[in-house]
Amino acid sequence: MKSFGITATALSVIALSATAAAARDQIRIVGSSTVFPYTQAVAEEFSNQTGAPAPIVESTGTGGGMQIFCEGVGENTADITGASRAMTKSEYDLCVSNGVTDITEAMIGYDGLVMAVARNSEADWNLTLEQVYLALAAEIVQDGKLVPNPYMNWSEIDESLPDVAITVMGPPPTSGTRDAFVELAMHAGCEENAAAMELAEAAEKKSDWVKENCSRMRTDGPFIEAGENDNLIVQRLNTDPNALGIFGYSFLYENMDTLIDVHLNGVDAEMETIASGEYPLSRPLFFYVKDAHRGVIPNLQEFVDEYMSENALSDTGYLSERGLVALPADERAELQARVTSGEGDFSVTE
Amino acid sequence: MTDLPNQRSKPAPTWSSDEFKGRLARRHRKEAGLKFLGLAAIMLAFLMLGILLWTLISGGAQAFRQTHVTLDVPVSAEMVDAADPAGGNYRGVIAEAMQATFPEAPQERMRALSGIVSNAAQFVLRDRIVEDPSLIGQTIQIRVPVSDVYDQLKKGNVDELSDESTRRLSDADIAAFRQLEAEGRITLPFNWALFTQADSRFPELAGLKGAIIGSAYALLVCFLISFPLGIGAAIYLEEFAPKTRFSDIIEVNINNLAAVPSVVFGLLGLAVFLNWFGMQRSAPFVGGLVLALMTLPTIIIATRAALKAVPPSIREAALGVGASKQQVVFGHVLPLAMPGILTGTIIGLAQALGETAPLLLIGMNAFVTSAPSTPFDASTALPTQIFIWADSPERGFVARTSAAILVLLGFLVLMNALAIYLRSKFERRW
Repeated sequence: MKSFGITATALSVIALSATAAAARDQIRIVGSSTVFPYTQAVAEEFSNQTGAPAPIVESTGTGGGMQIFCEGVGENTADITGASRAMTKSEYDLCVSNGVTDITEAMIGYDGLVMAVARNSEADWNLTLEQVYLALAAEIVQDGKLVPNPYMNWSEIDESLPDVAITVMGPPPTSGTRDAFVELAMHAGCEENAAAMELAEAAEKKSDWVKENCSRMRTDGPFIEAGENDNLIVQRLNTDPNALGIFGYSFLYENMDTLIDVHLNGVDAEMETIASGEYPLSRPLFFYVKDAHRGVIPNLQEFVDEYMSENALSDTGYLSERGLVALPADERAELQARVTSGEGDFSVTE
Repeated sequence: MTDLPNQRSKPAPTWSSDEFKGRLARRHRKEAGLKFLGLAAIMLAFLMLGILLWTLISGGAQAFRQTHVTLDVPVSAEMVDAADPAGGNYRGVIAEAMQATFPEAPQERMRALSGIVSNAAQFVLRDRIVEDPSLIGQTIQIRVPVSDVYDQLKKGNVDELSDESTRRLSDADIAAFRQLEAEGRITLPFNWALFTQADSRFPELAGLKGAIIGSAYALLVCFLISFPLGIGAAIYLEEFAPKTRFSDIIEVNINNLAAVPSVVFGLLGLAVFLNWFGMQRSAPFVGGLVLALMTLPTIIIATRAALKAVPPSIREAALGVGASKQQVVFGHVLPLAMPGILTGTIIGLAQALGETAPLLLIGMNAFVTSAPSTPFDASTALPTQIFIWADSPERGFVARTSAAILVLLGFLVLMNALAIYLRSKFERRW
């Protein structure tokens, strides 16, 4: 029985020291898996440059990150969260109700979402967003009413498209990338579709109709949810030359030798077209800083300064080497001044 | 009744009758079929294992070697101030070294040429100079990793004949690298960094040290908690508890717990340890607590089986000479059951080592560039590190993912081998 006494003592000692260890000297960052690689880069650079303990960066997804970020103020809560979309009203309300009122929003640049195909694909892929919508929506409009998507071959949508079965691999519904794709490609494609718009005009509010009827991806086979792992999609594309994949631009950039982008609305996916917004699937990336933690958590201010430095953010900075599409110089200067000072009001209204 | 004698008078089938031989042959055929099926099942399992190992080894072998470049670096006093060696412009020093290595290269190529060496080169150099400031003003030789794209080139993963626009490296980049190779500056030594470095966003610098230490801490905490608790629970249930409906319910529950999916324990850990007790996210200590919950039922079941295997005659003999129940358990039964208990514990821990889902929920899949120095520092574990690397876009991480899996498998094999060794060494047959 003696050994159990010892164990019990040891356990209580461990538990006590756990509470003592809560006073932390590391910055804690959560949030979007899309912003993750960029934050990762800044964290490592920051730690190497200053010798400060490296911030802990965790990829929780945009929504999950907001939940953790808005838990409250204090050492046990995250300091920064990354997001692949702006904070929503309900998330802001959650933050405010937990006492997180001082927040600084930083839009760090753009990320392109690409559709890509293996280089050994015989066809020359050039799609319009309308065609993407018609190929992937669960229901489309025919003869004035919604019907389950009948298309199984690209050539059934348009004669000029290759005569191969529709196979598109993309992210699951839990992913921020999926949200972005639905909004940027499916909704936009829906709005280009004349038949769908006839119904939408008749509805009470056009944007609500689009949201309600054009958001669902088909589940009868042609669209394959390939999981969160984009490398798997890349591998699958290489084995099936007629399959298309949807993922972040950085995965295309790293696999230029085997993959080529699908031109959308006639535009090539490149750094320049993504930055200018010409390429239709580009989205802004954000991070949010808890201002109450500045000056309290050691190095947080210095970390934000590093994130905002030209060295990181500019179009020749190390973030752009990783695939981030930088903001134009004047917007960047305004952003840097606002975020490093932590001044300016932030709130989200409907 | 009158038929019976008739039946009896019929000649009994003998060993040599055709009917008997036919039945025997059929039974032999069936036996051979069963044997073949069993063998085929094993062969299939081995084939699958072989395919798994082959893909891992063929994919991961490259990551065990890393391309390095040896550079002559002129550390000038303008770039590095002797009064403040840590604050020197080491990026500039490396750029000067590249300039000296490629004297005829035009200025606009310098940025691309500096990209040959890994980003870590400047920090390697800084640490050398800080350690020995007298090197300022001299030209020193350093050996640093090359960046990932060139590492892939050296390992033959870049198709040089393909169209220039489809590669990350231009023809000029490749020519520059080949020149370095011709000068004998490129080496491909064993990749010690894989074991001595923590995670990094650069594949050429990323290593498993943080993950290995994180896993070790988590397993240590898991062992310290689940081993004594598990043995205690098993001793009570096996030696002391009366056989009532209540103890039956406990028994059923323990067996059920052993089959609960691990993600459920992760959610429990998230709710209890993080949200309620307010413990630190990503800490191996919390990971160990969660894994302990998961391992406990396994250890209890293994311990009970080991205790049961000790013959009752031993207990009765000890009780017969006047030993108390406690003396019987600690003096006789437990030592005899120990080999079985240890085997069960090690197998339980090996299972915990490979567990991913509960660790993801408590944030042990964070990006941490330093190895934890206590169980309370944020860290990853081996399986979660594999998870992070598998999701990284850089080419170098593809091979490193396989290498990390091989390292994890290596640890699992070691632990299971230890369990088998203990069993064969100490097991007693009655």
